[in-house]
Amino acid sequence: MAANAEALSAAPAARRSLAPGLSIGLSTVYLSVIVLLPLAALGWKAHGWGAVSTPQATAALKLTLGLSLVVALVNAVAGTAIAWTLVRDRFAGQGLVNALVDLPFALPTIVAGLTLLALYGPKSPVGINAAFTRWGLLLALLFVTLPFVVRTVQPVLFELDRELEDAAASLGAGRFTTFLRIIFPSILPAVLSGAALAFARAVGEFGAVVLMSGNLPFKTEVVSVYVFGRLESGDSGGAAAASVVILLTSFGVLLAIGALRRWVTRHDR
Amino acid sequence: MTAKYALRFASLGYLALLLVAPLGFIFWRTFEHGVGPVWAAVTTPDALHALKVTLVLTAIAVPANTIFGVLCALAIVRHRYPGSGIVNAVVDLPLALSPVVVGLALLLLYGRGGWLGGHGIVFALPGMVLATIFVSLPFVVREVVPVLREIGTEQEQAAATLGASALQTFRRVTWPAIRWATAYGVVLTTARALGEFGAVSVVSGRLAGQTESLTLYVQDRYQSFDTTGAYAAAVVLALLAMATLLLMTRLRPKEGIQ
Amino acid sequence: MRRISLALLVALLLPALATGASKGTRLTLVAYSTPKDAYGQLISAFRKTPAGNGVSFSQSYGASGEQSRAVAAGLAADVVAFSLEPDVTSLVQKNLVAKNWNKDTYKGMVTRSVVVFVVRDGNPKKLKTWNDLLKPGIQVITPNPFTSGGARWNVMAAYGGALRSGKTPAQAVDYLGKLWKHVVAQPTSAREGLQTFLAGRGDVFLAYENEALFARRRGQPVQFVIPKATILIENPVAVTSISKHKAEANAFVRFLHTLEAQKIFAQNGYRPVVPAAARGFNFPVRPQLFTIKYVGGWAKVEKKFFDPKTGIMVRFIGSSGG
Repeated sequence: MAANAEALSAAPAARRSLAPGLSIGLSTVYLSVIVLLPLAALGWKAHGWGAVSTPQATAALKLTLGLSLVVALVNAVAGTAIAWTLVRDRFAGQGLVNALVDLPFALPTIVAGLTLLALYGPKSPVGINAAFTRWGLLLALLFVTLPFVVRTVQPVLFELDRELEDAAASLGAGRFTTFLRIIFPSILPAVLSGAALAFARAVGEFGAVVLMSGNLPFKTEVVSVYVFGRLESGDSGGAAAASVVILLTSFGVLLAIGALRRWVTRHDR
Repeated sequence: MTAKYALRFASLGYLALLLVAPLGFIFWRTFEHGVGPVWAAVTTPDALHALKVTLVLTAIAVPANTIFGVLCALAIVRHRYPGSGIVNAVVDLPLALSPVVVGLALLLLYGRGGWLGGHGIVFALPGMVLATIFVSLPFVVREVVPVLREIGTEQEQAAATLGASALQTFRRVTWPAIRWATAYGVVLTTARALGEFGAVSVVSGRLAGQTESLTLYVQDRYQSFDTTGAYAAAVVLALLAMATLLLMTRLRPKEGIQ
Repeated sequence: MRRISLALLVALLLPALATGASKGTRLTLVAYSTPKDAYGQLISAFRKTPAGNGVSFSQSYGASGEQSRAVAAGLAADVVAFSLEPDVTSLVQKNLVAKNWNKDTYKGMVTRSVVVFVVRDGNPKKLKTWNDLLKPGIQVITPNPFTSGGARWNVMAAYGGALRSGKTPAQAVDYLGKLWKHVVAQPTSAREGLQTFLAGRGDVFLAYENEALFARRRGQPVQFVIPKATILIENPVAVTSISKHKAEANAFVRFLHTLEAQKIFAQNGYRPVVPAAARGFNFPVRPQLFTIKYVGGWAKVEKKFFDPKTGIMVRFIGSSGG
C-alpha cells in the first residue's frame, strides 16, 4: 500500500513539473514582447536630450508635476470624505453612489474630457468656461483620479475597530480629537497609497486633457501633450527623451511617497 | 450631528458637480432633439466602422490578457517565479505609464526604421491591438494574485496526491476559487480596452473606416464641428461604460459599504 | 455567466470577420487636415466615372507634416495630398514618391489658396495689414509650423508681406520674431487652430482662405480679411511609388484636374488650378500677391526657417505664448 501511494505521488510530481515551466515561460514571453521590448526601444531611441531642457519642456514638466501634486492632495481630502460618507453614513441611494465612484474607471478618457467641456467649456449653460485654463486641466484630472483614494481608504475604514473610538469617546475625547488621534493614523497609509496612485495617473493623463486644455505652451501644456507634440514634429528622439525624464521623475516621487508610507507604518511592523 | 450632514453634503456635492452634472448634461444635450438625429449620427458608415474597430480591439485584447493574466498569476504565486518582485513591477508598469508614451514606444519599435519595423504593424490594426493589450494588461493578474495567495495550496496539493493532473487540478480546484476574481478582472480589462485613446492615437493612421476607433472618432467629430456626432458617439461609449460599471458593481469583492 | 459572455464575445467578433473580404480596388488617401469635406465629395464623384467604378477609398486626414511623416514611417498610402510641396519632397527623398511626380502641366499642384486673417465678426480690432498684427495686445493664433503645413504658409506669407512693404530680409526676419511674440497658441493642425480660435482664444487666426470659408459655411461667427500682400498657396497631390494600384491612383489624380472636380474644389473654397473652373466664384486677386519663389523657393526656405535644429522658427517658437 505504501509503495503504491509513493508511486502515485511521484507520477503527478513529474507531470506537474511541466506546468510551472509552461506558465512561467509563456508569461515571460508575453510580458517581454508586449511590455519590455517596446520600452527598451523607447529607452534606446531616446536622444536629443537638449530638447528636454528647453523652456517649453521645463514649463510642461513643472506644470504637470505641480498639478499632479495638487490633484493628489485634493483627492486625499475629498476621497477620504467620500469614503467616510460611504462607510460610516447611511442614506437612501448609497449603493448607487458607491457604484458611481467607479465611473471614471469605466468611462473612456476622451468622453470624460468631452462631458466636462460641454458643461464647463465655451458653450457652458452655467457660464463657467474653464477651457484653455489650468482650472480646466485641474477639473479633468480630478475627474479621472476620483476613485483612487476612495477605493483604497474604504476597506480600511470598513475594517476599523470601533472599540478604540468608543473608548476614546467614553474618556471624553471630542469627535475631532478622536479622528485625529485614532482614525487618521489608521487610514493614513491607505490615503497615501491612494494619493500616490492618483498622482501617477494624473502625470500621464492625456485623453481627458487634450480637448480641455487647448495645449497652450507655457500655460496649459502638460507633459503628455508636449511629448505628443514633439512626436508630431518629427522629433521622436526628443519625445522619447521627454518620456524617459517624466517616467524617472514620477518614479522618484512614487518612491518618496512609498518611503513616507513605510515610515508612517513603521510601528506596525 | 451637523458635522455628519455637512460631510455628506460636501461629499455628495463634490460628486454631483464633478461627475453627475457633466454626464447628465451631455445626455440631455445629445437627446435634446430626440433620438432620431442621434441614431442617424451613430449609424453613419464611419461611426459604425469605428464601433467595429473598438469592439475588435477589445475582443482580441480581453481574452489574450485573461489567459495571460491567469497564467502569470499562477506563475507568480504558485510556482515562485524567480524575481517575482520584478515581474510584479513590470505587470504594474502599464498602470503608471502615460498612454502617449506607450504609443510612442510601439511606434519606435515597429515603425519604419525600428528594430521590428516595416511589417505593416503600426498605422494598421495590429499596432492598435498591441497598444490596447499593453494598456489593459495588469487587471486580471492583479485581481487573481491576492485570491491565489489567500486560498493557499492545501487543496491543490491534496488533489495532486490523489492523482490529479495539473490540468485537472486547475479545472476542479483552482479555477472555481479564482473565477469571480478573474471575472472582475475581465470587466476591468474590457473597460480599459474600450476606452483606450492616447496610445491608439499615436499608432493609428486614422484611416476612417479602418484604423479609427470609436474614441478617436469622438475626437475627430468634435474637431470637425460635428458636436452632434461627437456627443452621439460619446453617449454610445458612456452606455458601454455604464454596462461595465454595472458588472463591476456586481462582481466587486464585497466590502466597503454598510 | 461565462457562457453568456463567451457568446457575446463571439457575436461581437462575427461582424469583424464578415467584412474581411471586399471586392474591387481599395485606394488609401492620406491628406492634410482641411480638405476632408472636399475629398468626400470628390471621391463620390470619381466613383461615378468609368475610371472610378468599383474603386473604394480609405481616407486619413491630419496635420500635413504629421501625415507626411506617418507615410514615411510606414502608413501605406496610394495617393497623398499635402498642404505644401516639401511634404511630398521628403517622401521623394525616401523613394516613396517618384522623382517625376511634378512634371505635369500643373507641376503636381491640385488646388490653390491664399493666407488670410480670420477675425471676429465685425473685425473689432480692425486688423487689415501685417503691421496691424503687431499692435499692442493683439493675440495671434497660428498652428505649429513643425507639424502643420498651413503654419509654414503663414510664416512665409508674413515674411513675404514684410518684404513687400519694403523691409530688408533681416528686417523681415525681425518682423517674424515680433509677430511670434503675439502668438498665444500653436495647435497641431490648421483645423485644430480654427477650433481654438472659435473657442474664444485670440483676436486673429492666420489661416488658409478655404478654412475661413469652411468656418463661415458652418455658420461660425467669423469673417476674414485678405491682406494686400499675401502668399499664393499651392497644394500638391501625388501617387506613391509603393502603391499597389497605380493605374487607379493615377486615374484619380487625373480626375482631380478635370473641370468637374475643380468645380467641386471651388465650391469648397479652394481656388482651382484650372482657370475655367473659377468662373462664377468670387476669389479676389490681391495686388501684392506673391508665390513661394518670391521668398526664395521651398528648398531654401525649409533650410533657413524650418530646419528642426537650426531653423529661424525654432528660436521664435520657444519665445511664444510666454
